Amino acid sequence: MVDFAGWEMPVQYAGVIEEHRAVRSQAGLFDVSHMGEIRVHGPEAERFLERNTPNNVAKLDIGRAQYSGLMTERGTYADDLLIYRRGETDFLLVVNAANRHADLAILEQRAGLGVTLEDLSDQFALLAVQGPKAEEIVAQLTSDPIRELRYYGFLEGHVLGAPALISRTGYTGEDGFELYLVADQAEAVWEALIASGASEGLQPAGLGARDSLRLEAAMALYGHELTEEITPLEAGLGWVVKFKKGDYLGRDVLLAQKEAGLTRRLCGFEVVERGIAREGHEVLSNGELVGTATSGVWSPTLEKAIGMAYLPAALTEPGTPLEIQVRKRRLAAKVVELPFYRRPEA
Amino acid sequence: MYPTDKLYSKDHEWIQIKGDVCTLGVTHFAQEELGEVVFVELPEVGQSYDAGEEIGTIESVKAVAELYTPVTGEVVEVNEALETAPEAVNSAPHDAGWLVKFKLASDAPPEGLMSAEEYQAFTEGEGS
Repeated sequence: MVDFAGWEMPVQYAGVIEEHRAVRSQAGLFDVSHMGEIRVHGPEAERFLERNTPNNVAKLDIGRAQYSGLMTERGTYADDLLIYRRGETDFLLVVNAANRHADLAILEQRAGLGVTLEDLSDQFALLAVQGPKAEEIVAQLTSDPIRELRYYGFLEGHVLGAPALISRTGYTGEDGFELYLVADQAEAVWEALIASGASEGLQPAGLGARDSLRLEAAMALYGHELTEEITPLEAGLGWVVKFKKGDYLGRDVLLAQKEAGLTRRLCGFEVVERGIAREGHEVLSNGELVGTATSGVWSPTLEKAIGMAYLPAALTEPGTPLEIQVRKRRLAAKVVELPFYRRPEA
Repeated sequence: MYPTDKLYSKDHEWIQIKGDVCTLGVTHFAQEELGEVVFVELPEVGQSYDAGEEIGTIESVKAVAELYTPVTGEVVEVNEALETAPEAVNSAPHDAGWLVKFKLASDAPPEGLMSAEEYQAFTEGEGS
C-alpha cells in the first residue's frame, strides 16, 4: 500500500504486468474512489463552466461526459477533469484527488450568483471496470441498458439495486465503465464484480497497472504531463481547446500560442538500450539537455521501456535519436509516435 | 523457508560456496519487495571486486536495486539466461535466478553474513 494524496492505495495485487495484461486482454477492476467529485449546479452553471474550461460545455448533451481542464489565466490547467452533464443546469466535475481542495477553492472564488458548488467526494466511491470483457461483466450487475452507452456516455441507474452513475469512460485505453456508487455500497459491488467477473478473467488491478495502462494510451496525468506551467496545446490536447465558443479564462494566451507556433510539445519516446527511464530522468540530444521525462514505465504490451517528455519543436519527429540519463548510464532512446498503444477496432 | 545451504546479507543477497566458487543471488524477500524484474545488469566475466562493492543492478517494474557482493573475488560466470528471461529472479530466486559466480580471492570465510534462520528473523523485522 502507498499513500496517494492521503489515500491508502494498493500499487499491485497479483503483479503490475499480470494486471496490465488482464486489462488489455480481458478485464481489470480498479478502486479509484480517491477521485474527487464536485457538483456544479444552478441557472448560471453552464456559463460558469464555459468561462473556466476550454472545451465546449454548451454542446455537451445531458447523459454525456467531456474531458476538459480548469483553466488558469496563464492558459494552463489548474487541473484536468471530466464534466458530466446530468441536467440542463446540473453538472458533476470529476477531479484529481491531489487537487480536489485547491479546485474547490478556485471554483468557489470564481463562482457568482446562480452557481452552487457541492463537494460530493466523500459520498461517492468509484470503481472502474476496464477491458474488452468489461461490458459483459458490468451487464451482469444491472438491468440498465449499459450496452447502448457510447464512449463518454453515461446513465443514472442502479448496480445491485443501489443507485449508481454508470459511465462508459476510463483511463486505460480500453473499453470500460466507471461506476460512481454510494460510498457504502462499494464493497458489496466490488465483491460482486470479482465473483461474477472471475469467469471472464477479471482481476483486481492497482495503481501500478493504472499508470502503465494510461501511459501506453498516452493519457496525461496531472502533476506529470500537466502542470500549471504547461498549456493544453503543448500537452497535445488541442482537440479539447475550442476557440470559437466565446471567451474563457486563458483563451487569449492559448490563441497567441497557437498563432505563434509551439516551441515545445509532449512527445513519446522508447528506450532502445536495456533500462527503464523514469519520471525526472534527463533527456538529451547530442549530449545537450533538452528535457525531462514526465513519466516512464516498462510497457508490458510493447515489452519496451517507454515514456513521455516535453521536447523542443525541432526534436519532435518520430525516429529522432535521444539519450536518457538513467542513473550512471546514458541510454539510447528515440522519439516515437503517440499513443504507444491503440486498442484494436471491435 | 530460506535454504540452509546458503548465507545471507543485510542487502538481501544470498551466497553459496562450493570449493573456491561462490554463487550469488538475491533472496525471495528481495524479489518480493522489488516486484516483477524486467532487467538485470550483471558484471563482466574477468572483473574483480572487493566485498561491499556494487556489481550491477536489478530493475523491476516498480524500482531499481543495486547489487553488492559480500565476497571478494573474480567473476567467472554470469547467468546469461536472465538477459532474455529476467523473471527467473522472481520465480526461482534461490535457484535458476542466480546472478553471478565468483572465484574467491581467499579461503577465509566471508564476514558479516547470516544463517538462514538469522536471515528469516532479520526479514521479519524489515517486513512491510
